[in-house]
Amino acid sequence: MVLLTLMAIITIGIVRLRNLFAVVILGGIYSFLMASVMIVLDAVDVAMTEASVGAGISTVLMLGTLYLTKTEESDPGHSPLLPLFVAVVMAGVLVYATIDLPPFGLADNPVHVHVAPRYLDYSIEETNVPNVVTSVLASYRGYDTLGETAVIFTAGIAVLLLLKGRRKLKPGPKRKRIKR
Amino acid sequence: MFEIATFAVLAALALAVYRALSGPTVFDRVLAANFIGTGAILLLALVGFITGRPEFLDIGILYALLNIIGTLAVLKFWRYGDLSHSGEEEG
Repeated sequence: MVLLTLMAIITIGIVRLRNLFAVVILGGIYSFLMASVMIVLDAVDVAMTEASVGAGISTVLMLGTLYLTKTEESDPGHSPLLPLFVAVVMAGVLVYATIDLPPFGLADNPVHVHVAPRYLDYSIEETNVPNVVTSVLASYRGYDTLGETAVIFTAGIAVLLLLKGRRKLKPGPKRKRIKR
Repeated sequence: MFEIATFAVLAALALAVYRALSGPTVFDRVLAANFIGTGAILLLALVGFITGRPEFLDIGILYALLNIIGTLAVLKFWRYGDLSHSGEEEG
């Protein structure tokens, strides 16, 4: 609860601040708080992904992007009413959708009676992996995971190529000239 | 015992968030971000001991590595304005 409150405060700070450098740092803080929430919710693997991707890689990528742009956010030309309206309507629709969901954590929810018991019963003898989550990800949904990895690998290569190519073309304004 | 420590760490995190939001200079924010990473590691360890799973300490080590990489990247960007700088010359 305290962590969620802190996350809300950080989000408001991100929206309010105009200095993009500070916003990048606040984004890293947000990711670390999010990872802590995941740990408290007992989802350690998700927390690890959140910390490495959110706090580690994306902070570095955002800084690389910041090198190519200005560090101050320009003033938006329109009033904030339309985005606010869209966000409120979207939130209303999402909250309305949760009304139809079965209560959280009930033992006979559809998600618990369909394939989960089969995984729990047979994963040891079929895959010999002691952790059921690992067996589902790496064996039962192996092709899915392979595709995901290929997508992420391609995206990483594309981002690297973009950042490298721009750097050679245009030496940045901040780079200092080195005297020999 | 562990619960009291957890609440203390949460309070410290709140103070660090306040510093990150109101910090007049960038370095205040960087320091606050670094401390929040450390606080997350402490929280991870404490929750691990509360729920009886001390293996969380290994994940804490990984968090520490990520934390220092992030802080170094931010500081290097601030110093050189470029992440691909070799960092050897004194400009």
